[in-house]
Amino acid sequence: MATATDSKQKPDHVRLTEQGKPVTLLEAIREGLWEEMERDPSVFLMGEDIGVYGGAFKVTEGMLEEFGSLRVVDTPISEIGFTGAAAGAAHMGMRPVVEMQFIDFIACAYDMITNYVATSRYRGSGPVPMVIRGPSGGYVRGGPFHSQNPEAAFFHTPGLKIVYPATAYDAKGLIKAAIRDEDPVLFFEHKWLYRRPQLREVLPNEDYVVPIGKARTAREGTDLTIVTYAAMVHKSAEAAEVLEKEDGLSVEIIDLRTLLPLDEDAIVASVKKTNRLLIVHEDTRTGGIAGEIAMRVSEKAFEWLDAPIQRVTAIDAPIPYSPPLEDYFLPQTDDIVRAARWLANY
Amino acid sequence: MANRTPTKRAAAAIPHGLDREQLLEMYRLVRLTRALEEKLEILFKQSKVIGGLFRSLGQEGESVATAFALRRRADGTGDVLSPLIRNLGSMITIGATPAEVVRQYMAKGDSPARGKELNIHFTDYQRGFIGQISPLGDLVPVMAGVTLTFKQRGEDRVGMVYIGDGATSTGAFHEGINFAAVKQCPLVVIVENNGWAYSTPTRMQTAAKSFADKAAGYGAAADRVDGNDMLAVYGAARAAVERARAGGGVTLIQVDTYRRRGHAQHDAHTYMDPAEIDRWATSNDPIDRYMATLTGNGWASVKELGEIDARIDRELDETIAEVEPSALPDEQEARTDVTAGGPVPGHWYRLDPPDPRMA
Repeated sequence: MATATDSKQKPDHVRLTEQGKPVTLLEAIREGLWEEMERDPSVFLMGEDIGVYGGAFKVTEGMLEEFGSLRVVDTPISEIGFTGAAAGAAHMGMRPVVEMQFIDFIACAYDMITNYVATSRYRGSGPVPMVIRGPSGGYVRGGPFHSQNPEAAFFHTPGLKIVYPATAYDAKGLIKAAIRDEDPVLFFEHKWLYRRPQLREVLPNEDYVVPIGKARTAREGTDLTIVTYAAMVHKSAEAAEVLEKEDGLSVEIIDLRTLLPLDEDAIVASVKKTNRLLIVHEDTRTGGIAGEIAMRVSEKAFEWLDAPIQRVTAIDAPIPYSPPLEDYFLPQTDDIVRAARWLANY
Repeated sequence: MANRTPTKRAAAAIPHGLDREQLLEMYRLVRLTRALEEKLEILFKQSKVIGGLFRSLGQEGESVATAFALRRRADGTGDVLSPLIRNLGSMITIGATPAEVVRQYMAKGDSPARGKELNIHFTDYQRGFIGQISPLGDLVPVMAGVTLTFKQRGEDRVGMVYIGDGATSTGAFHEGINFAAVKQCPLVVIVENNGWAYSTPTRMQTAAKSFADKAAGYGAAADRVDGNDMLAVYGAARAAVERARAGGGVTLIQVDTYRRRGHAQHDAHTYMDPAEIDRWATSNDPIDRYMATLTGNGWASVKELGEIDARIDRELDETIAEVEPSALPDEQEARTDVTAGGPVPGHWYRLDPPDPRMA
């Protein structure tokens, strides 16, 4: 526990939980990073504009002043460079957390992540405990290169873990778990959820982690299961309300929280309970994670299904900018309602 | 030839602060490197080496001499290097053993990478070497991070990373050396210009007049050295290592040498001029030149060098005899060490009877 002196020195913007105030998802991540930096001197941050500027979304605001430039490292524009450097630091026993200014730019480091980092343990070059985090997702009119959900590009890479929280509680608990994990973790932060007032919650004023690899039942139900994650948890919850009110349907929502490793047991258990499965993801359709989930259910729960598995996703296109285009491209609450209705009536 | 002597100073003075024992140790290492590769080539022809075999023939001298300039320790407190496929000499110099290398090349279960990765792609952080991966250039950013951590911890350790003429064209090289230079990391970048990137000659790799010229673009110090003059290479490497250790940041050293074989054993290297290879072999072999330097200056006798050769030959034969009976890895090893979370699932349809619940 922090002493009275410690809390006095800590700036107010990372004391919200201490003061019993609710935090946004972004503030939860910031508190998690800050507390891990305090807890473990081997934890350090790297990325573009994260120090002096505090990050494009201000996640790391105030950290340079508190922890100094050896632990809050502003880098040249170099996703390959700082991702590789993080791996090297991890080899030497550090726990680097690197920020992709927008997660779209993670593609620049694809080789370093998939060929170098993800294979290190297997090759006998040891574990690479590092976190790659960054703002992801659409609904903010960000256009093709500030809106992506590239999780599926890494979902196929053995050796990685992928985390994508939907709530402030999970975001804080999972960023801590990611930093303490012995394997490389990609940590996606949905920017539409970052400061969403509806997500503000009072977090426990204690050190807690949310285990990686465990899904959460976001809503209990009996008629239909929606397996989803990140922003789609909230769209699905809105849809579930509508379906309950207008159709009397009881919808169960499984929030995956971790995509790799996939919590197959939680998915299968819910499908065995409701016998109908709708998978919802914001990512595009072909090669999206829905395909793998459907296959797992086919392997493990085929006989329990009363209807074909369906999915609601973005269309197979780059992410467009203009509001009518982005709104058409992305899954909307009404899409989930319509797909769920069809499935319930099958 | 005049350039065969390392210095124009008095013949008896050993340059660069080296002593006679160190000179002989460098000789042992470079001879061991060549002899080990020759033994591996025989094993390759006997189909006992699995996969490719990469020779560093003609460039063993610079591999040994650069690594020899590092602080070599076995307890995780020394300097760290990351080699290329043709830096067997660097690996041996920093502390990898011939037995490990032979096990690696024979894909044994008790090899350092346990049969999961090939040849000299293996790692030991205690002895200070980090195995490269085949996408070239990637280890430059990685070594930037290794040396960043030396700075973060206030350790006076140095990193050395090897890159070929070919991979200086990659984005990873650029981002890594730029990052290291901006952060003033204690990193020495050895650019080995051996004339060839697989079949691509240096002139098709860059329009720059020299690789050393590139250093200025990053604000790094630069040096260029005759890569087959072992003492000159050692001197350049040592100066760069000392600069790095003293907080002087990154140095790029261009080491000019020549690859006298194909990319790997399978490569008939018909794109190379046999006369050119012959010229390097007969008049510019790093070991021949080093021997001439040692004996010509009275630092070693032909007889004692011959004794070192004989001992190496004997020891390598013993090593190979010891390693050969080792088993290949158990197939289930393929499932392990993907993450810390235990083995990944196997094939349900290979069970007897097949059990789809194990999918």
